[in-house]
Amino acid sequence: MIVAALFFYLFAGLCVASAFMVIAARNPVHSVLYLILAFVNAAGLFVMMGAEFLAMILIVVYVGAVAVLFLFVVMMLDVDFSQLKQGVLQYLPIGMLIGGIFLAELLLVVGSWAIGPGIPQAIVAKIPAKISNTEAIGLVLYTRYAYFFEAAGIILLVAMIGAIVLTLRHKERVRRQHIPTQVTRNPKLAIEILKVRSGQGLGSNT
Amino acid sequence: MLDFFWTYLWPLIIILAESVLMLVCVLVVLAYLIYADRKIWAAVQLRRGPNVVGPWGLFQSFADMLKFCLKEPTIPSSANKGIYVLAPLVASLLALSAWAVIPVNTNWVVADINVGVLYIFAISSLMVYGIIMGGWASNSKYPFLAALRSAAQMVSYEVSIGFVIITVLLCAGSLNLSAIVQAQDTRYGALGWYWLPLFPMFVIFFVSALAETNRPPFDLVEAESELVAGFMVEYGSTLYMLFMLGEYVAIMTMCAMATIFFMGGWLSPIPYPPFTWVPGVIWFFLKGLFFFFLIAMAKAMVPRYRYDQLMRLGWKVFLPISLAMVFIVAFVLQYGVLQNGLLAAK
Repeated sequence: MIVAALFFYLFAGLCVASAFMVIAARNPVHSVLYLILAFVNAAGLFVMMGAEFLAMILIVVYVGAVAVLFLFVVMMLDVDFSQLKQGVLQYLPIGMLIGGIFLAELLLVVGSWAIGPGIPQAIVAKIPAKISNTEAIGLVLYTRYAYFFEAAGIILLVAMIGAIVLTLRHKERVRRQHIPTQVTRNPKLAIEILKVRSGQGLGSNT
Repeated sequence: MLDFFWTYLWPLIIILAESVLMLVCVLVVLAYLIYADRKIWAAVQLRRGPNVVGPWGLFQSFADMLKFCLKEPTIPSSANKGIYVLAPLVASLLALSAWAVIPVNTNWVVADINVGVLYIFAISSLMVYGIIMGGWASNSKYPFLAALRSAAQMVSYEVSIGFVIITVLLCAGSLNLSAIVQAQDTRYGALGWYWLPLFPMFVIFFVSALAETNRPPFDLVEAESELVAGFMVEYGSTLYMLFMLGEYVAIMTMCAMATIFFMGGWLSPIPYPPFTWVPGVIWFFLKGLFFFFLIAMAKAMVPRYRYDQLMRLGWKVFLPISLAMVFIVAFVLQYGVLQNGLLAAK
């Protein structure tokens, strides 16, 4: 167990440190990279808890897709860092409010563990020992929580369509490649073979 | 003390030894795959290819490696130094770490984890960071443009690769790579492997693998006619070598994945003696080599795609087909159309 504890403190420490660096780093690109480091360490913690499926999904979805887009956007921004730093104190009240809410929620979650040790076992569906946790998640997600799962899917779909509708502009006079017409073209439609007599050219018939 | 040694240190030593052995094998194979790549390419163009260093040029890759290591590394003065050095390390380390879960024979695997497929998928989705970080940290126009292109390209093709993998998982019923190979072990041999029932997905996987590893005809990341050398313009010496190493190891990983998912991994194509006497690792190697040959030939023969064609292929052709195939495969498996067919023949 010593090794497990060592790894826990390694992952947890790195996770907290990189989460701190997300807000402390001067360069926004560094911030996003630290965020990725935090995600990867969180995935390490998941693996230690035996939730390897969640760990891998965290990396595939958050690091492999979401954070790439973050990085994409942040790199494209042309921001003056000193200007950005000036307004930090203005947002302090809101930041503290959100931080306070998170702290309260965390205390409630952790507190319920301490106050009633039986509560977590009562809520959590027992994981059968024989099957892997991928299968266990599937068994619960698609049966008991099927409606929530579908609702989440619909919300994501609506968000996606909304984003497309907001940004899609149909420009006139843009030359587009129309693949079906291109594929269905044949020599008869595209070229014309003429007999040209030497010295006379095509004459007036074209 | 002795107890501590046997419970903690001895497994650690074993794991280290296995990892080092795997790494050495991967890197030696890599050196000769680069050589093979250049030879195949040269043969298509009626050239000789590398033939000077050692007999038939066999030591060419090692000579190149020495050259890269001995050159002076240069870091552009306006580059973001930390990330500039980190990017090639990320690219090569991630590519190598995928080999931890790849089984080359029955139980010949460093880490036989339950979510092996997802692990490889996660690693290959992280590969894009090496390129983005390298392109951005160079602080130069062409690398940055190439990095943006590559991010879009790799994320797009990951989607279709993901769906292809899902169909394979549905058929095999496991996320463990060894279990996927064992699920293909039927008495029909090569005809029972997944390339036949899942043939469209096999083709999509192969093409997406080309796009995911930035190989020609999808090498828009380093399209030399537009972007000089893409995201690696500012890189030289060892740092450049690490990028190239990561790229080729990623190609090897894709070959290994295609072998495991569609070609029955280490299984013999004819499941009767004397073919079953051949060690599985040799079959695995031959199948991987076959895929590498296909990839090398694609590089030699196919002209480069235009960027909008690449995006169209990924999102408008591969994504709908693979999504539809997920539904079809799930339907067939659920309602047992093939109950007496190939999939039940184990």
